[in-house]
Amino acid sequence: MEATIENIALKHQANLEVFSQTLQTLAEHDRDIIVVTSDSRGSGKLVPFGQKFPDQIVEVGIAEQNLVGVSAGLASAGKKVFAVSPACFLTARALEQIKNDVAYSDNPVKLIGISAGVSYGALGSTHHSLHDFAVLRTINNLLIVAPADNFETEQAIRLAAEADFPVYLRFGKKVMELLSEDEKTFEFGKGRIVREGADLTIIATGETVAPALQAAEKLEKESGLSATVVSMHTIKPLDYNLLDEIALSGKPILTVEEHSIYGGLGEACASYLLQAGHRNAFKIIAIPDEYTVTGSQQEIFTHYGISEAGIAATAHKLCQG
Amino acid sequence: MSEKELARKSVEYRRKILKYIYQAKAGHTGGSLSCIDILNVLYNHVLNVDSADFSSPDRDRYIQSKGHTVEALYVVLASKGFFPESDLETLCTYQSHYIGHPTRKVRGVEQNTGALGHGLSLSVGTAIAGKLDKKDYRVFTLLGDGELPEGSNWEAALSAAHYKLDNLCAIIDKNSLQISGATSDVCNTDPVDAKFEAFGWAVRHVDGHDFEQLKAAFDAIPFEKGKPSLVIAHTIKGKGVSYMESQLKWHHGVPSEEQYSDALQELGVAEESLA
Ligand SMILES: Cc1ncc(C[n+]2csc(CCOP(=O)(O)OP(=O)(O)O)c2C)c(N)n1
Ligand SMILES: [Mg+2]
Repeated sequence: MEATIENIALKHQANLEVFSQTLQTLAEHDRDIIVVTSDSRGSGKLVPFGQKFPDQIVEVGIAEQNLVGVSAGLASAGKKVFAVSPACFLTARALEQIKNDVAYSDNPVKLIGISAGVSYGALGSTHHSLHDFAVLRTINNLLIVAPADNFETEQAIRLAAEADFPVYLRFGKKVMELLSEDEKTFEFGKGRIVREGADLTIIATGETVAPALQAAEKLEKESGLSATVVSMHTIKPLDYNLLDEIALSGKPILTVEEHSIYGGLGEACASYLLQAGHRNAFKIIAIPDEYTVTGSQQEIFTHYGISEAGIAATAHKLCQG
Repeated sequence: MSEKELARKSVEYRRKILKYIYQAKAGHTGGSLSCIDILNVLYNHVLNVDSADFSSPDRDRYIQSKGHTVEALYVVLASKGFFPESDLETLCTYQSHYIGHPTRKVRGVEQNTGALGHGLSLSVGTAIAGKLDKKDYRVFTLLGDGELPEGSNWEAALSAAHYKLDNLCAIIDKNSLQISGATSDVCNTDPVDAKFEAFGWAVRHVDGHDFEQLKAAFDAIPFEKGKPSLVIAHTIKGKGVSYMESQLKWHHGVPSEEQYSDALQELGVAEESLA
């Protein structure tokens, strides 16, 4: 499942833009690529795709259950299907279709959850997806991936297009900086070390990798603590080998995610580490189990400590024991 | 309230909808302007709800299924005294209860909506409870026309007829647009009247900006004893601000300073004509 980077202009843009551009590049040579939308082509940045490939887009209207069922049918007939809808509706409203029609029936639909986490900010909890990792992790036969930057996004889309198994890809809306300029490989299921350090490891995913990286710089400058930072883009299957390596250092481990504290990246790591016999100091930064505060994504992040300062402070405390 | 008084109210509501969307730099402008005349008639002519006694078990219920046009609901609730209008200065800001969709943290809101396709089922349940408890309250719910493809609406439509819920009235804000385009291009639901009639509903069409027609329709519910009522309100998305009317981009477009002042001017002219 390895892919090498191709020549796509990875500017600093929203991952969703890269998703759309990559899909257009692929669709030019592959008539089997089909995008399915539920009044979501605008938010999915797919208006140009629809204009260029009118025969390769299926619109079902505001009907997410139908979206996933139709996508599964298309996939069963050999189409390479990308079902695109806000993560909140896609993974809650259409959960049974995901479970039965996609995963259980092994129809290799690529589910694209857009504006995930708290990207919708002040639109509130109906529009947030803080449950998606948790519920989808319990479903057999579904890969779960949250790309952190443009590079990971482009690679993940190319791999997903060719994958003969179901994949859930989770995207936010924010412009993402490249985490590392010289990265050449990307594999599903293999965490990506984007910074090396000696005193602790921060494991983050999706749009929280960027603040984790900033926090690591801040820690180094202000406290002399050097942190390894991992982009754990694949939530399932989780990279157990990398977790073993990290844990064997004996240093503290901090996880960061734009998800409920329950059932996401943090609990997945904790569960593995404990059962594998590792006893590192460990802490999860995520959205607590409460009525989520109102605000923009950034305000919500800051409120819950998913920020440069917040992550650095928690990491510092964790290292002091 | 006379038609003229209602018309004046609507100008005031439109002005406030634009004000708070402009200030918050966020909101669903087009759909708020298309449904505001309907909300105006509901809250000032139809609904038996009292801000001083909102917890009354006998109150009529209004459940806004198309939750995204919450600005229309907020300005009406404020004008009915459910909360001070100054609260809306915090719309969509950090730690505010006034988020971009209806929530029960805001006084006067019956249900938390925003994910489309929930209001009709919630309303059916509330209406069944009214029948069980032998109460006279009625349940009203407002749906978007783009919202109709959600399958739950049709499941609820079946239940409503099955339980002969003539205490239930659904209203479709038929502004013919959604996010991606014309509703007829995205997923055609026409003829929507025949569909609901086939499901066992009594249906009427009105001009959703005509106060006389709106009042007459609501005064006539239930349209048929033993059947749920559907009002198909033909509306214009962005109604009242000419450059927004029937323009796709105003679904959640936010006016610039200049556009905002142009809109206020146009509403001022409309108000003068009602003096
Ligand atoms: C379940 C669900 N899917 C998608 C959305 C995103 N969404 C918000 S408004 C909207 C378009 C609604 O169109 P319509 O019902 O016609 O509303 P109106 O024209 O009155 O604004 C969409 C797709 C949502 N809020 N809920
Ligand atoms: Mg509409």
